Amino acid sequence: MNLLQTGFDGLLALGLIWLAWRALACPDLFRGIVLFIAFGLLMALAWVRLEAPDVALAEAAIGAGLTGALLLAALARLNRTAAAQTLPREAWRSGPALLLVLAGAGLGLAVLSLIPEPAGLQAQVAAELGRSGVSNPVTAVLLNFRGYDTLLELLVLLLALLAAWSLDADPPRREAPAGAVLDMLLRLLLPVLVLAAAYLLWAGAHAPGGAFQAGAVLGAAGVLALLAGWRLQPHLTGTPLRLAVTIGPGGFLLVAWAFAAGRPAAAGISAGTRRRSDPADRDPGHPVHRRHPGSAVPGLAARRR
Amino acid sequence: MTGPDYLSALLLLAGALFFLAGTLGLLRFPDVYTRLHALTKADNVGLGLIVLGLALQSGSWLVAGKLVLIWLLVLLAGASVAHLIARGARQRGIPEWRR
Amino acid sequence: MPDLYHALTLFLLLNLGAGLWRVVQGPTAADRMLAAQLFGTTAVAILLVLAQAGGVAALRDVALVFALLAAVAAVAFVRRAWPQPEDEHDRP
Repeated sequence: MNLLQTGFDGLLALGLIWLAWRALACPDLFRGIVLFIAFGLLMALAWVRLEAPDVALAEAAIGAGLTGALLLAALARLNRTAAAQTLPREAWRSGPALLLVLAGAGLGLAVLSLIPEPAGLQAQVAAELGRSGVSNPVTAVLLNFRGYDTLLELLVLLLALLAAWSLDADPPRREAPAGAVLDMLLRLLLPVLVLAAAYLLWAGAHAPGGAFQAGAVLGAAGVLALLAGWRLQPHLTGTPLRLAVTIGPGGFLLVAWAFAAGRPAAAGISAGTRRRSDPADRDPGHPVHRRHPGSAVPGLAARRR
Repeated sequence: MTGPDYLSALLLLAGALFFLAGTLGLLRFPDVYTRLHALTKADNVGLGLIVLGLALQSGSWLVAGKLVLIWLLVLLAGASVAHLIARGARQRGIPEWRR
Repeated sequence: MPDLYHALTLFLLLNLGAGLWRVVQGPTAADRMLAAQLFGTTAVAILLVLAQAGGVAALRDVALVFALLAAVAAVAFVRRAWPQPEDEHDRP
């Protein structure tokens, strides 16, 4: 850690705080969104400096790429429904501000009262890594050790999709044609996005990456297509589309049900009942320890209690 | 430092110079169209030089290929976005700067 | 060489910080979006240099994702959020 790195980190931290403040305090919603996009970029860099490339990948895909586009599209819709472009100044009320300060102080106290060196579950993860089928501990936890949590999120996504379909009562807008350049950009970029998503999923087995980041990249491909005015053929949007979106959750539930029916006693991962006994498990030099200072795996930490 | 190291350092510094030029142009140029011009210098040349400098250091064709792929993607995005914004600005009648 | 890498990342981050002035200042919405576009490219450069400096190959994947999604926000801006001329945003 030399002076240049310290300068980089200090500047990054100052920039993040300034951007967060400006993005929130800015009366012009559009400027706030651009500041938020810049915040996402710097946040990804901050995760990199904190040696959490997995989170940096997710932040790059979601914070910097996808959320900015979604917020801009939401702003456009807001402009069409109500001319509420700027927030009134009196929106800053002292009551909510006081509550927020109190909640922030409470969170700060809670963080300070944590055990300085929590035991965590790194040792258990490291011990069972060989059985998980992957060598990246983050992927092992997300897709295997707590696979039910992760894969049942598919149902949450399905619910969100149902809600979006039910609420989207707007008549289809007449859109300007995309133009030759945008069409060409999509023709070139969409296949690369799909390929990159497959690559991230594959890389997740042994390096930072995985289904979450891959899904975000695929989602961005869909958002791009929608923005350019590309639509599914009408004969695909009815029953075929509905069937397609239920394949994921349905397949997972079937597999889970078959597995639980076949091996009732071993349906859960045994990490919850294992006691740490092997001193070698606590080797601080193991990659799992280096990748996860503290307990970076809240799902597992909660299950252990 | 050996010969390739010096070349690589030179390329990196030149790339940084183009990023500086792009930022200065973004801050100092008088209208959207000229700022667009400044911005694409950082996209195309600035990142290109930095990618070249790093590719010399990477010591592997695979890594160098990935670096070039990233540069090409940024080029594609930058060129398309520059066109879209310039066209939109003209359609919306944003005036061009006149001396 | 490592010092050069670290100096380069710091320099690029300073560039990004200077570009924020354009986001705050405008005057048109397009100017703010242009600055965001430059930030994306700068972040890609920073990540690639950091990957080489620290020997962390995964950072090139982060840069790859940035590069892949570099156009998404700007396309959303041009296709959806760019106000029409009568709005006050585009008055210089």
